[in-house]
Amino acid sequence: MDRGQLIETMQEILGPEGVIHKHEELRTYECDGLMNYRVIPDLVVLPESAEQVQHVVKTCYDEGIPFVARGSGTGLSGGALPVESGVLIVLTRLRRILEVDIPNGRVVVEPGVINVWVSQEVADEGYYYAPDPASQIVSSIGGNLAENSGGVHCLKYGFTTNHVMGAEVVLADGSIVHIGGGKSPDAPGYELLGAFVGSEGTLGIATKITLRILRQPEDVRTLLAAFKDTEEAGGAVSGIIGGGIVPAAIEMMDSLTIQAVEKQVSPGFPEAGAILIVELDGPEAEVANQFEQVIKVCEENDASEIRIAEDDEERALFWKGRKAAFGAMGSIANDYYVQDGVVPRTELGAVLKKIAELSEEYGLRVANVFHAGDGNLHPLVLYDNDAGEAEKAEELAGEIVFACLEHGGSLTGEHGIGRDKMKYMPRMFTAEDMDVMQLLRCAFDPHRICNPGKIFPTPRLCGERPGPFHMHPIQKAGLAENF
Amino acid sequence: MQTQNVPTEELQNIVGEEHVRQAFADDAVDGVEPSFVVEPGTIEETSEVMKLVSREGLAVSPRGGGTKMGLGNPPGQVDLILSTARMDQLLEHVPGDQIVRTQAGLKLQDLQEKLAESDQMLGMDPPEEGATIGGIVAANASGPRRLRYGTVRDLIIGIKVVLADGTVAKAGGKVVKNVAGYDLSKLFTGSLGTLGIIAEANFRLHPVRESARTVFLEVEDPTQIPSVAQALTHSSFSQFVLDALEMRWENDRGVIAALFEGIEPAVEAQSSAATEALRSHGETSVLGRDDGDEFWKSFARRPWATGDVALKIGAPPSDLAAVLDSVVGAAERAGVEVRISGHAGTGVTFAGLSGEDDGLVEVVEEVREIRLRRGGSVVVQAAPLAVKERLEVWGSGGDYLGLTRRVKEKFDPGYNMNPGRFLGGI
Repeated sequence: MDRGQLIETMQEILGPEGVIHKHEELRTYECDGLMNYRVIPDLVVLPESAEQVQHVVKTCYDEGIPFVARGSGTGLSGGALPVESGVLIVLTRLRRILEVDIPNGRVVVEPGVINVWVSQEVADEGYYYAPDPASQIVSSIGGNLAENSGGVHCLKYGFTTNHVMGAEVVLADGSIVHIGGGKSPDAPGYELLGAFVGSEGTLGIATKITLRILRQPEDVRTLLAAFKDTEEAGGAVSGIIGGGIVPAAIEMMDSLTIQAVEKQVSPGFPEAGAILIVELDGPEAEVANQFEQVIKVCEENDASEIRIAEDDEERALFWKGRKAAFGAMGSIANDYYVQDGVVPRTELGAVLKKIAELSEEYGLRVANVFHAGDGNLHPLVLYDNDAGEAEKAEELAGEIVFACLEHGGSLTGEHGIGRDKMKYMPRMFTAEDMDVMQLLRCAFDPHRICNPGKIFPTPRLCGERPGPFHMHPIQKAGLAENF
Repeated sequence: MQTQNVPTEELQNIVGEEHVRQAFADDAVDGVEPSFVVEPGTIEETSEVMKLVSREGLAVSPRGGGTKMGLGNPPGQVDLILSTARMDQLLEHVPGDQIVRTQAGLKLQDLQEKLAESDQMLGMDPPEEGATIGGIVAANASGPRRLRYGTVRDLIIGIKVVLADGTVAKAGGKVVKNVAGYDLSKLFTGSLGTLGIIAEANFRLHPVRESARTVFLEVEDPTQIPSVAQALTHSSFSQFVLDALEMRWENDRGVIAALFEGIEPAVEAQSSAATEALRSHGETSVLGRDDGDEFWKSFARRPWATGDVALKIGAPPSDLAAVLDSVVGAAERAGVEVRISGHAGTGVTFAGLSGEDDGLVEVVEEVREIRLRRGGSVVVQAAPLAVKERLEVWGSGGDYLGLTRRVKEKFDPGYNMNPGRFLGGI
């Protein structure tokens, strides 16, 4: 099937408005939130139903054409980077909330539904959807599922994987399976849903997703504490968590981040070497008691200032400052590279020190903003592309995650491996580890047409017998430079 | 079914003579007698044993504490029992990071005792005494506190496995937040030894809560149980103070119990509010931590004895009334005695049935037929062999059965691992 025939077939499935094939229009989709990788897809399709997704995928399967699923395109690791001569399946038109089931605490949605819509839908009933990535006003549930998104509140409430209870999935061969119990617990068989969530779009496309919703907490209290440096702030974090408190959120920003945020959104943060935002939620009696403890721990760690959010407005202001952190870098640097690494909480101090040394060594500024409770760092490497610093910045960012690994951590806490970090995978996993992981890939997608060229630097052959299926030559193109 | 070609000497060379023994009648898995029991002491030894297993085409059943050997279909063949008993070490516990790494053979009780020294715990409390970490992961066992902490899948953060061909691989890590690579820890959860041997597992931990209160209420009619459960689930009690919400129905008498854990003022306030909310349903009793611990020890046990047919029913929590009605009704019609317990807050119900084989089969089929229509699953967790042979132990599975089989065939192409015991005869 040549390109013309493919366009025709897709138009038959989706109607003319559901297929984008003009070069200049395709460019809109050449990258996701990670903009240093760009590939123009052969074709973009915009299905409106699970059946259409199924037809598109089946066509790709029959023709041996690779495809990539995309939600809102906010991912930061190139997970939705298109494959050359492949089809990009954009799911933004599948945006219906299909069912709200309060007695069972479940909501069933299509993958294009925006994260924050779920909480809005059930707010009047006193419920909400817990995972809250900073992108939640634009990112889609399908994308959140693919990346196993975190957020500032996941220390206490868990990640996307802990809140997805079931999914209807279109597999690479166009068949549909329902995995996870949905409303019922403990479906017999392998935990396929747990393996699917966070597989970065490489195992299939979710077309219906059952989410768990939680009761809104009785009380929420938030404070902001300023410290001399990240070490003292880190001491407070250890004190709070070591004291048996599980905060709803505990976030840290260093002085460079504070400056940038002030410039951009002016939340009126105090001048300090580091700021902590601590939020507690739960039953009133518990929150009141533990909030006093948190204040005490901050004082013991020489907090220079403690501000308590007096109302929702002030709380929103604290969070506005925090959630604006990435974007705010634009106000103090021409370009910045967002890194995502994890260290055991007790190693935070050592790794921050190492980052400072690396920053010095490379002559590039690094701003630090992170989920302190679970050791998830987001160092922002500031550079100037016009001055030819891009490569150096990426190298520095790489050194930072290697430091995370040396201290027992992980390459990524929430942004994913995608295209961006597959070259680093051998630093964290042995060839055997990755081969065994890819056995799963072979079971789901033996011909590797579903988001190929992501996560694993060396694709594993699945041992399929040669048959009528023939691989499209672009598979190679999708993988070329990372060997 | 005994296979004669187990190369005993070679096995002894790998694990040491004293760690290979002839199997006893007690080692049989649902009547299928193995030849030998092997106890490797390390991952390397486990890997060598597995290489031999796949080379010789042997069938191996992994075993931890042996508390779940009755789960699943009778195996097609068992040549070796691979016991993890000697791999029982706690490898790493960093209280400041709230994580633990353990070997599979470590008993949950021993782990909890160790963690308690740092005022921490693993948020899992399956009631089977002597269960090991590996076994709990493999069987996806859970207990009352799953309402608050979730199940194995929610707490496991890393795993090390040995595949049938001896390949050793890990996934995840020792940090709570981690999205690098596929999450094989979850895939192996509930895989019942059919994908490989679980050698090590890493978990996130939680602090031990300062105070606890148990509020319970007796009822005389099973229809009262669901309304009490819904009243508690949808009241203002945050699910993060309500640790467990459990029920029992036996001898025409029911009890529903809620466990609140947290700091003293919160626990006090929440348990009083619960008592108040349940006033219209009857008089509640309240227990403190020590009495509560005693209460839960017996209250959380499964409602069956050896020789019973043991069912685990998964259903939407709001469908509890229909579940109870179907089980109690079917049992009455079939002249079968029934005892029920369950995680009322999460939709898991257990039933222990005793009576004539025909009646037992009838009950299972009737309850299953209703679940098929209303959503959920019915798994026979244990049953006398004669009854097992007349039933689909796992039910029919969904449209994911084909995918399940493909996963099995990639991880264990020779079907050396626990053949036949899993869903779809895998």
